[in-house]
Amino acid sequence: MQTTIISPANASFLGIPTVIFSILIPLIGLLVFTYIMAMRRVPLVNAAPDSRFDHASERFFNVLKIWLGQYRQPRYMVAGIVHIVIFFGFLILSIRATSLVIIGFSEDFALPGFSGTFGHLYNILKDYAATAVLIGCGIAAYRRAVVKPARYAVPAKYGKDHTAEALFVLALISILMISESCFDASLIAANLQQGLEGEYVAPLTLSWLFKSIFMAVPVAALQVMHVLSFYIHDLTFFFFLCFLPLGKHFHVITSIFNVYFMRLKRGNIKPVKYGVKDEDLDDLELFGVKKLEDFTWKHLLDFYSCADCGRCSDNCPANTVGRPLSPRFISIKGRDLIFKSYPILPVKKPAGPGKESEDLIGSIYNEDEIWSCTTCGACEQECPIGIEYIDKIVDLRRGMVDDGNVPQSLQKPLRALEKRGNPYGKMEKKRAAWIKDKEFAAECEVKVLEKGGTASTLYFVDSITSYDDRMMEIARSTAKLLDAMNLDFGVLGKTEKDSGNEVRRFGEEMLFQALREENSAAIEESGASEIVTADPHAYNCLKNEYNDLPPVSHISQTLLAKINSNELKLKPVTDSSKIYTYHDPCYLGRHNDLYDAPRDVLDSIQGLTRVEMEKNRDRAFCCGGGGLMLFYEPEEDQRMGVLRVEMAKEAGANVIVTACPFCLVNMEDAIKVAGLEGEMEAIDLAELVELHLA
Amino acid sequence: MEILVCVTRVPDTAENEIELNSAGNDIERDDLVYSVNEWDNYAVEEAIQIRDRVGGSVTVITVGDDESDEILRREMAMGADKGILLSDDAFEKADGQGIAAILKAAAAQGSYDLILTGAQSEGGAGEVGGMLAAMLDLPYASLVVSIEESGDNSVKVGREIEGGTIEMNEISLPCVLSIQTGINEPRYVGIRGIRKVANVDIPVQSISELGITDSDVSSSVKRLDYFVPDMGEGAEMLEGDDEEIIDKLIEMLKAKGGIK
Repeated sequence: MQTTIISPANASFLGIPTVIFSILIPLIGLLVFTYIMAMRRVPLVNAAPDSRFDHASERFFNVLKIWLGQYRQPRYMVAGIVHIVIFFGFLILSIRATSLVIIGFSEDFALPGFSGTFGHLYNILKDYAATAVLIGCGIAAYRRAVVKPARYAVPAKYGKDHTAEALFVLALISILMISESCFDASLIAANLQQGLEGEYVAPLTLSWLFKSIFMAVPVAALQVMHVLSFYIHDLTFFFFLCFLPLGKHFHVITSIFNVYFMRLKRGNIKPVKYGVKDEDLDDLELFGVKKLEDFTWKHLLDFYSCADCGRCSDNCPANTVGRPLSPRFISIKGRDLIFKSYPILPVKKPAGPGKESEDLIGSIYNEDEIWSCTTCGACEQECPIGIEYIDKIVDLRRGMVDDGNVPQSLQKPLRALEKRGNPYGKMEKKRAAWIKDKEFAAECEVKVLEKGGTASTLYFVDSITSYDDRMMEIARSTAKLLDAMNLDFGVLGKTEKDSGNEVRRFGEEMLFQALREENSAAIEESGASEIVTADPHAYNCLKNEYNDLPPVSHISQTLLAKINSNELKLKPVTDSSKIYTYHDPCYLGRHNDLYDAPRDVLDSIQGLTRVEMEKNRDRAFCCGGGGLMLFYEPEEDQRMGVLRVEMAKEAGANVIVTACPFCLVNMEDAIKVAGLEGEMEAIDLAELVELHLA
Repeated sequence: MEILVCVTRVPDTAENEIELNSAGNDIERDDLVYSVNEWDNYAVEEAIQIRDRVGGSVTVITVGDDESDEILRREMAMGADKGILLSDDAFEKADGQGIAAILKAAAAQGSYDLILTGAQSEGGAGEVGGMLAAMLDLPYASLVVSIEESGDNSVKVGREIEGGTIEMNEISLPCVLSIQTGINEPRYVGIRGIRKVANVDIPVQSISELGITDSDVSSSVKRLDYFVPDMGEGAEMLEGDDEEIIDKLIEMLKAKGGIK
């Protein structure tokens, strides 16, 4: 094509051919980038092993859905859309940016397939993309600088505000968009001024705007503009590339890998060390995570990938009630430590294996922070790029347990679990005492399978429902429901031990395994062909962390199946003035995707009015945590349960239905603390259904 | 510093429902779970912390039967370097003085700078520490809530006295101290820790190896009976569920001017 102005490949400046810069800038840029990436690789190599190379198709699907499809972004609508615009803009413009680098020394270069009509169409697309990205940057900058959403704020204890870095990067991106458009527009305007043919410019794009302005600019000036904007683009591009791995914008590079390697299963906890069998754990020198390099490489990749978007902490119940935990800063502090321990320019000795690194607890993390987590999973559900927290928290707890660094409030229940198989230290023989309630015993007979009896359905009660006076009501309701469904069921009695869901999550792995072993043997002995439980923590643990058990259901699933097959009949709602709301237990919902069964059971009670709280299903707000969490004394401004009860009130409900004994404990306490006695009540799903047995 | 900590195995009050036996002279011991006496656990933690600061070793010692092995291992899993089990049929009838005599014989075989006991154990007598110090002719401080090293031959110890005041004493080494709970926060001992010391050899010493005789340990105190005292004048049992009891209590406290 005939042109009026000289391209960067052929131009010269003060007698120096500018093509030299066209070669030097990419060359130096790529060298520096490669060096930085090689240094960033070192900690990953030094980290603990992880097993993430399985299930390639499932992982590939995650990349399509979560990375390419930006599936989780719109959960925060404005930020999500802005991100999607910039993300796809980047993808589209990456082709243009690559060819531009080459155009710097080969004027007429076009990528294969981009020379003909497709190339013209692409040019229209990329012009719109660049325009959209610039607008996106404008909105993002406005949000950062003016709107300042609370989730971006950095509390003083976590260091300085991050706005400057965000704005700086937005400026870099804007410069890229503007310079790229100027480069094109200056050429087109010059050609058109000279009566030559100019590339079509799509209306209302940046290039179109610049072209319109440039029509009035002398060609000589456009020549300077053309070459200058090229080099501004070239320099900014390679500067940006090298800047990415130095901060939160590393996610631009790592997120695709982070999503590919993200956790596939939920409800489970990683093994103490990948590649070490349970029976060999005693031989391990080190247990859990104590130093940076004890994290697995995926967990360090998580730190690299955190985009600082604050969505995790915005949904974290611990953070919300003022406990000293913010998942976002688990990542940011981890990343800062990697950067500090593995500097790009090794100042002292080079980093490597055997390097003395500091204990994480007491330096970047503290005990209360790590014990504050209820493992509700809200953070992981929210993270747009698949960063994990629960496994990290549990690994850090394992390290603390190994060092004996366990709060006194947790030591007693742990010892009791070891000696008596329940955290209360109650006698084993009293485990099935709830069946002896006179009124109940007259109505319903429960088989206790401790002495060789068998039943086809095993009701796994678990500790709190077995021993807590109030929660025994759930056990009795559940038993009556099983009876009403004509199931041949029994309980393990004194041979049942705590399922260990929280024992494992509080880092006492060996105790968990001991409990699992005893329960597994007792369950096998019972001859049951299915297990039912009304405790989601037991449900989660038996289903996801025990091996070779009969199928496990939560009572809501059993109920729904029998209601649907007309084997269980319920009468219309007894008190139609009540407005019910269902609170999702974390271990039923987020960890096991069981959102509909309990709701469907409620809706099958004719005339029952049910409303949803704003935070429901996978965004449900944790009640305060179960199991050992009931014993932990956190520092907090208010109780999670109180907030949750207020959410129910806001939704217009006066009955909170839960399907978990721990939720019920927390809700009932919270109703008292919130002073809502008489206005609000809490009931377990099993209790409510039992009241409506036809 | 060479530290000896005397520990004992007791029914765990947190994990048992304590009932009297039919004879009324002991508690029902079937179905009980045992653990290390709580005060002793604080003493061992304190000893480990001192050792970690100034060096030396921590030896845990107990008078008991084969099953007492378990608590020695638990304390070794905490970080004690050595365990010694003093076991003999003759020891079964020992009272507090007898236990002190057995411990004295064992302590005299080593060369300890500091001997720690729990302030008391399940029986609540709190007698062994003081008697042991007397038998060894060593200085003694009871109910110790802090220990600081001060110079080569002494330590500063804090004792909690009436009204929460802390009394500070300098006491020369070697000495015997009985440790109050709250002096520290004992570390957690996990199953993994216990398994690590599961096969460590724990020497057992009998009466003859200690060079004492039956008469040294024979009991001169005999327990006759346990009973719940009759309710006296002015005592009132509040009845009802927790809420009601609390409400009644608050009302009574207000009425008597206890709270405003």
